Order: sequence, then C-alpha cells, then structure tokens
Amino acid sequence: MSPIGFSCSSLKEGRWYEYLIRFALGGAATVFTGFVSSRCGASIGGLFLALPAIFCASATLIEKHEIRRKREAGLDGRRRGEEAAALDAAGAALGALGMLTFAIVFSLVVERNIPGAFIGASLAWLVASVTAWCVRRKMRWVRRKQSAGKISGPADSRGR
Amino acid sequence: MTEYVLRFMVGGVVVSAFAMLGDMLRPKSFAGLFGAAPSVALATLGIAVHRYGADYAAQQTWAMTAGAIALAVYGFVVCQLLIRTRLRAAAATFLSLAVWLVVAFGLLILAGGQT
Repeated sequence: MSPIGFSCSSLKEGRWYEYLIRFALGGAATVFTGFVSSRCGASIGGLFLALPAIFCASATLIEKHEIRRKREAGLDGRRRGEEAAALDAAGAALGALGMLTFAIVFSLVVERNIPGAFIGASLAWLVASVTAWCVRRKMRWVRRKQSAGKISGPADSRGR
Repeated sequence: MTEYVLRFMVGGVVVSAFAMLGDMLRPKSFAGLFGAAPSVALATLGIAVHRYGADYAAQQTWAMTAGAIALAVYGFVVCQLLIRTRLRAAAATFLSLAVWLVVAFGLLILAGGQT
C-alpha cells in the first residue's frame, strides 16, 4: 500500500492558466449557486452546493499532466492519463460521503451556533472522507491478498 | 452586483486552495477526496449566513445532502466510464453531469423539496 504523501513539486507541473481556469470556475460556480438560490429558492440553490463543476476541470488537468509526463518519457500516456483521472473520480465518490456528512452536521448546528457549524461541519467532512478512503483501501488490500493466496495456493501444494 | 463580485472572489480563492492542496497529495485516489471538498459550499454558506441568516443556510444545506448523494453516484459513473470505455476525462466528466442532475433533482422531489 502506497503511503499518503505530500509533495509541493507537483504544483510546478501546472501552468499559470490552469490555476486561472480553476479560480474562474470556482468563482463562476459560487456566483451560479447564488444566482440559482435567488431565483429558484434556497432548496434548489442548495443542490448546486454539491455541483461537480470543479471536478470536471480537476480530472481533465490530472489526465493532461499524466499524459504530458508519459510523453516526455517517450510513451503515449493516454491510457495512463485516463486511469489517473478514474482514480481521482473514485476518490471524489468517497469524498462525496464526506460532503454528505458536512451538509448534515451544518444543517443541524447552524441555527444554534454559526462558527460551530462551520468548524464542526468541516471537521466532519475531513473525518468522514479520510475514514471512507482508509476503509476502502483496507478492503482492497485484503481482497488482493486473498486473491494472491488463491493463486499461490495450488503452486505451493505442487511444490510440496 | 457587489454581492456577485464578492461571491466570485471568495469562491475562486476557496476552490483554488482546495484544488492546490489536492494537487500536492498522493496517492491519486486520496487527492480525489479534495475534488469533492465542500469548497463552493463554504464560500456560498458564509455569504448566505451573513446576508440571509442561519435559517436560510440550514435550508440550503438540507438540500445539499441530495446533491452530495448525487455526487457519489457521479464519481462512480465517471470512474466506470474512464475504466471501461475509451472516453477522455473531459467527455466522461461532462456527460456524467446529466446523471448528477437526474439523481439530485430526483432525490429532492422524493424528499418533497421545493422544485
């Protein structure tokens, strides 16, 4: 299992306009949500708080970076880029569980304590997302170990 | 107009911060958690609480639960499309937005929300 790591060097792979696109998309998504809320009400506006607009840009950038890295090494890299974006999407699906927890905690706490709602909901998001990710990783690891055991089993008995 | 400019700036900064944090993290699936960070929600709810009060923000986050479930389905569909078909990331993420819309509005209608 690869450990969780932190590397600032990956920021150098990005081009300035890619950060500008993310900034503009984030701003536009927030403006859009406010606009929908003011026109259609808080409920429909609230739905768009979980709109994956930013994810579209992130996944596309991850794919581009992976392809660029592989092309520099003389490989095609297209399939690798798609796989990297797929892994990011799997992570986003787990992160959505965290977002669900964020929304539940915020809606329950905000009318009693506003700063507490922001802090509590953000912590709930972090804990739920990381827990979901760790559980999924552990399950995959156990499954892989079991299937590796099945493959090596007959070979071991042959050896005896 | 000033409110929309403020929304744009706050949303841009919060989303960029979460996206950069995601870029720096490894492995990719862990970094993906930050692709579903409530960055737009944090920016929007801060302004909503300030301008319209806690009651309005609570109503928004209650509807957001439907959007979050739809996001989980969306992430799963994008992942499957990228693994099982030859679609590029831009096409897969864009086409799957239809799935997000159907699930999110479907859940809101089922829950008896205002449409």
